[in-house]
Amino acid sequence: MIRKIVLPGTVIGDAKDKLPGKGTFKEGDKIYSSRLGILEEKGKYLNVIPLSGVYDPSVGDTVIGVVEEVYKNAWIIDINAPYPALLSPEESPWKVEYGETSKYLKTGDVIIAIVSYINEAKNIEVSMKGRPCRKIDDGIIIEVQPSKVPRIIGKNASMLNILKKHTGCWISVGQNGRIWIKGEDEKVNLLIKAIRKIEKEAHTFGLTERIIKMLGG
Amino acid sequence: MKDGLRIDGRKPDELRKIKIEAGVLYRADGSCYLEWGGNKIMAAVYGPREALPRHIQDPTKALVNARYNMASFSVEERKRPGPDRRSTEISKVTSEALENVIFTELFPRATIDVCIEVLDAEAGTRCAGITAAAVALADAGIPMRDIPVACAAGKVDGMVVLDLTSEEDKEGEADLPIAIAPRTEEILLMQMDGHLTYQEFEEALELAIKGCKQIAKLQKEALMKKYESFEEE
Repeated sequence: MIRKIVLPGTVIGDAKDKLPGKGTFKEGDKIYSSRLGILEEKGKYLNVIPLSGVYDPSVGDTVIGVVEEVYKNAWIIDINAPYPALLSPEESPWKVEYGETSKYLKTGDVIIAIVSYINEAKNIEVSMKGRPCRKIDDGIIIEVQPSKVPRIIGKNASMLNILKKHTGCWISVGQNGRIWIKGEDEKVNLLIKAIRKIEKEAHTFGLTERIIKMLGG
Repeated sequence: MKDGLRIDGRKPDELRKIKIEAGVLYRADGSCYLEWGGNKIMAAVYGPREALPRHIQDPTKALVNARYNMASFSVEERKRPGPDRRSTEISKVTSEALENVIFTELFPRATIDVCIEVLDAEAGTRCAGITAAAVALADAGIPMRDIPVACAAGKVDGMVVLDLTSEEDKEGEADLPIAIAPRTEEILLMQMDGHLTYQEFEEALELAIKGCKQIAKLQKEALMKKYESFEEE
């Protein structure tokens, strides 16, 4: 399989037998790529998986957010997207009285949440109900390019399992490019190096083997 | 003009030497370094990110905010730093040219900031600026209809020529910088100073579009080079 890199404005298919998917647009009877990425065919759809760019939130994404502002009955969360997200007390795991929001989350606190709602005006809401949502009190957070997150997780979390197995660290990856890590200092340093390597070489083949080798497996 | 060749030995339809490199800045979302003859230009793209202050936000689309700036050491005589009438104008026309190819409606309330820094100037900086900004935008993963490209044509010694040098620009009769979307040949920017007859104008426009298409190839090569470099390992 050859990974085909496409640029904005490249013709990627005919609109007669294909449909424009993510990262593409239709003009006349041709389908064009709208961004720099890797071409992918999924059924009738032609998608372009971006190789760069900021985080574009979608419903159901697990994200790691930082509390930006505390209101009397809501929190504003920075989820590394162009837009801030809203977390309401009903969507939090606690029973919050009006005006007591700061008892539970303060400015600067870090949480794992799930994107629950987005509308056309890009008003975003997150929820902390259910797994794996919680407040983070320990460990460290590193940031990677959001477009490299799928590679860090791998197919069926294969890459993530390798990282966990060889370093024994706790890892939680947010779709927004923030990664939470907890473990022994040495192992954490090694893990960060491995993640940086994945980030740098995300679009190459045989990366999994190289990472196993690097982690001494 | 001598024996059909110009002052610097180029043919009338020949471009200056161009070198493009994508993704040179670590902290920007997308960036590009471009050398075009004596021009040295750095372009950086940030965003889409939240537009602040909030009253400038547009709930229907993203703003495209280009900032063209010349370094004080970029010209022979020290340029007073900071925005002036000329750079404000170029910032505005650049923003508008880029806005026409970006899918701004995908990012309501956001802004896409483009910084164009001219480190060394030798005529045709606005064209070089747009060309560099376009590569930086693609590198930043911004959805676009096409990668825009710009190039100038003009009239020197009664002859229509492509891509003027600073001497030709000063001594020549006319300068016509344009920016196009190379796929559709849609014109995104067109300015002119000096005088051209209608026929000369047509000729210059055609020549500039031809030049743009050559540069478009270089832009694509530069982008491909950045993302293909690891594939060979």
